[in-house]
Amino acid sequence: MNAHTHLIEDDIEQYLEVHRHKTLLRFITCGSVDDGKSTLIGRLLYESKALLEDQLSALESDSKKHGTQGGELDFALLVDGLSAEREQGITIDVAYRFFATEKRKFIVADTPGHEQYTRNMITGASTADVAVILIDARKGVLTQTRRHSYLVSLIGIRRVVLAINKLDMVGYSQEVFEQIDADYRAFAGRLGIEHIQSIPLSALRGDNITEPSPNTPWYQGPSLMQFLETVELEQAREDAPLRMPIQWVNRPNLDFRGFSGRILGGSVRPGDAIRVLPSGKTSKVERIVTMAGDLPQAVTGQSVTLTLSDEIDISRGDVIAAADAPPAVADQFEATVVWMSEEAMLPGRPYLIKLGASSIGGALGQPKYQVDVNSLDQLPAKTLGLNEIGVCTLSLDRAAPFDPYAENRDMGSFIVIDRYTHQTVGAGMLHFALRRSQNIHWQAVEVDKASRTRLNGHKPCVIWLTGLSGAGKSTIANLLERRLHALGVHTYLLDGDNVRHGLNKDLGFTAADRVENIRRIGEVARLMVDAGMMVVTAFISPFRSERQLARDLVAEGEFIEVFVDTPLAEVEKRDPKGLYKKARRGELKNFTGIDSPYEAPEQPEIRIETLKHSAEDAADLIVRQLRELGLLV
Amino acid sequence: MPLTHLERLEAESIDIFREAVSEAENPVMLYSIGKDSAVMLHLARKAFFPSRPPFPLLHVDTTWKFRAMYEMRERMARESGMELLIHRNQDALERGINPFTHGSALHTDLWKTVGLKQALDQRGFDLAFGGARRDEEKSRAKERVFSFRSAQHRWEPKAQRPELWRLYNARKLPGESIRAFPLSNWTELDIWQYIHLENIPIVPLYLAEKRPVVERDGVLIMVDDERMPLRPGEQPQLKSVRFRTLGCYPLTGAVESEADSLPAIIREMLLATTSERQGRIIDHDSAGSMEKKKVEGYF
Repeated sequence: MNAHTHLIEDDIEQYLEVHRHKTLLRFITCGSVDDGKSTLIGRLLYESKALLEDQLSALESDSKKHGTQGGELDFALLVDGLSAEREQGITIDVAYRFFATEKRKFIVADTPGHEQYTRNMITGASTADVAVILIDARKGVLTQTRRHSYLVSLIGIRRVVLAINKLDMVGYSQEVFEQIDADYRAFAGRLGIEHIQSIPLSALRGDNITEPSPNTPWYQGPSLMQFLETVELEQAREDAPLRMPIQWVNRPNLDFRGFSGRILGGSVRPGDAIRVLPSGKTSKVERIVTMAGDLPQAVTGQSVTLTLSDEIDISRGDVIAAADAPPAVADQFEATVVWMSEEAMLPGRPYLIKLGASSIGGALGQPKYQVDVNSLDQLPAKTLGLNEIGVCTLSLDRAAPFDPYAENRDMGSFIVIDRYTHQTVGAGMLHFALRRSQNIHWQAVEVDKASRTRLNGHKPCVIWLTGLSGAGKSTIANLLERRLHALGVHTYLLDGDNVRHGLNKDLGFTAADRVENIRRIGEVARLMVDAGMMVVTAFISPFRSERQLARDLVAEGEFIEVFVDTPLAEVEKRDPKGLYKKARRGELKNFTGIDSPYEAPEQPEIRIETLKHSAEDAADLIVRQLRELGLLV
Repeated sequence: MPLTHLERLEAESIDIFREAVSEAENPVMLYSIGKDSAVMLHLARKAFFPSRPPFPLLHVDTTWKFRAMYEMRERMARESGMELLIHRNQDALERGINPFTHGSALHTDLWKTVGLKQALDQRGFDLAFGGARRDEEKSRAKERVFSFRSAQHRWEPKAQRPELWRLYNARKLPGESIRAFPLSNWTELDIWQYIHLENIPIVPLYLAEKRPVVERDGVLIMVDDERMPLRPGEQPQLKSVRFRTLGCYPLTGAVESEADSLPAIIREMLLATTSERQGRIIDHDSAGSMEKKKVEGYF
């Protein structure tokens, strides 16, 4: 029974008072199953008395059934959660564990060290204050140690515990311990990890977990638990400028208008001068409103509601900041990106970027380089696959306030969301804004689209034909252009011949090149729409997200998607250019419909089933539809 | 001074509430009347003050809760000014499903698992706040704050999204719904401490009092109303008992205790040698039982 328990028994009120003032330390453990990571966490839970009798008896029976310690308590079983993984004997995800000592409360992010390591480790590390990196004393600093340390430094963790485990297996050798410590420091210095505490451990035997071990009399440092209890929490700088992204506008009635959010930098008091980004409008803080009464001050980490002394327009995603030190506002950045999806990143593809409390359309450029997480070498790359890390440009559809990640983790981090699956496919850290984004402004022109439209007598739009190769797109597009021309409409037809041979002759047929191909066509179509024309395009354009990109480039109602719907069996039978036969023989790679997917439109404005309609009918049908939509008089 | 652990937890929960409400179309809070629900409701009120939380409370009722729970439910709906929706599985009601004749597994499945799915589907809720905590049980340690359910309300443990920093991705496909857990990082001790500090009303059953109980299969069951059939030889006895967890009264075991104040029950909890879920009969089936129930759609 420890002092802890005595206090609980004798004076619970006093204990609660102590517990109430405890701080919270979040840490991540990195290592593989073989390093004894689960055993270490299980041991910490056990030693902090976080386990109760029924859990212990379950552990005893589990240890006999699944254990790897010959029937002795197998602490690893405490932390291997889901039954599927228990059967495989591996952990597959990030799990969070909780324990408390007399001094602190702890949340441990437990992440596995195998294939999905990068994704899971980055996730676990993103909320951690400290990292515990495990090393098997028999093996020393390994490739995975370097990998884990790089990821830890990438996410901005500056304090590392090097847990040199299984020291019992090397006779508690001081020499082994010191050699590993020296090897590690030589390497970690380069990564910018400032504080390293090496601790000789045996998680299995319990050496230096809570108490100094008699087996390592040569070691004078803290035990693991002592270190975790006393390591300084990285405090938000008191003098840092205020940052508060607005999550929710609080309007219970006409007399109250508050702005709710979490303070992610600095502090705030009533009377403070603030600036709202991106609008740049200024005001003063009137009240800091909470249910427990108004506060005289609020600091980093708190969730509050502010009222301002002026009526200014603020919506979700805007940032309230110190008036004299506002964050930069930009729409193009350099960023480090960690890819987390099986489907590779495609440069130019429109994704959704969540940054602060904003979700904004955006795209990533081709990586400047990719980092080999094992050697830290910079490698050339065209894209990023699952668990790959690279440096890219990020372009947003509209400008957003931000701080560099190195200055403020919450103001400089973002996630990348796929527009169709809605999965989180990547995560990133902003380095800086690109200068061109700050200096290039739209040239305001006097003759605009509206005036050109008046002169033309018809509205501009893009008529986007999509479908398999051989579906009849070009035939229909040609007939359609002739009919429109006869009606006095200013038209232009963009098709493979006039685009692939000039503008896009540097592009091939890989998925990444197809995305870029469509992006350029979309941009050209946009310019022509701006010029007041009706643009007809005839491209396979197999991916939904790129068609969406082209659609997003023009105003609502200006994009008419026409699905030229011909079944694969039919186009293979027609095969006017013999391409399907070639593709089937394997002579043509990445051929849509054969070894590259065609994503049919879900809600096209017009759908033409070519088995039912002739090309002439189709062209007439489109003209009728344009009339109904009010684009033609 | 850095924030204390409870201040950090409170700020994080409020943050989660505000994000969820901003991203969802039709949110709802699952209100089960227990201590975790009490804390969750309190935090929701803080998150949106001076506005009322912009969602209703939903109680998936089994008709077998303790009477004191129904009283608390009505009181909290009144005090919070929030709309209270009560859903009872009509099919279970008509078939008279109860834990005595049909057993705990079927009772729980029909009233709670099926009942919850019905309530969410019928009213088209796309996000439901729940009071689950990661420290409760092994399969929950990996649960996300925003947890996705398929149109069939199934949980796919392998297809959950990574959650980084404090950036929650709440986008979903048509038919998918979200369970959001603002109390993910709270422990049982944090919950009690917070109730104590903030004076949050809880059902009196958590505190010890003399109550009529019978001992059945090694568990103390309170005779809360006349619907409970007594077995031959069973005679309700007045004992000083309290409950560590609250559910359907025939399925919830009491513990003998003299702890009649919050500090006293926290003291008892800290010195206890068994975990809170032990009083719940549904967990006893097998090791992976909670995980199986989750995959099937139990909250």
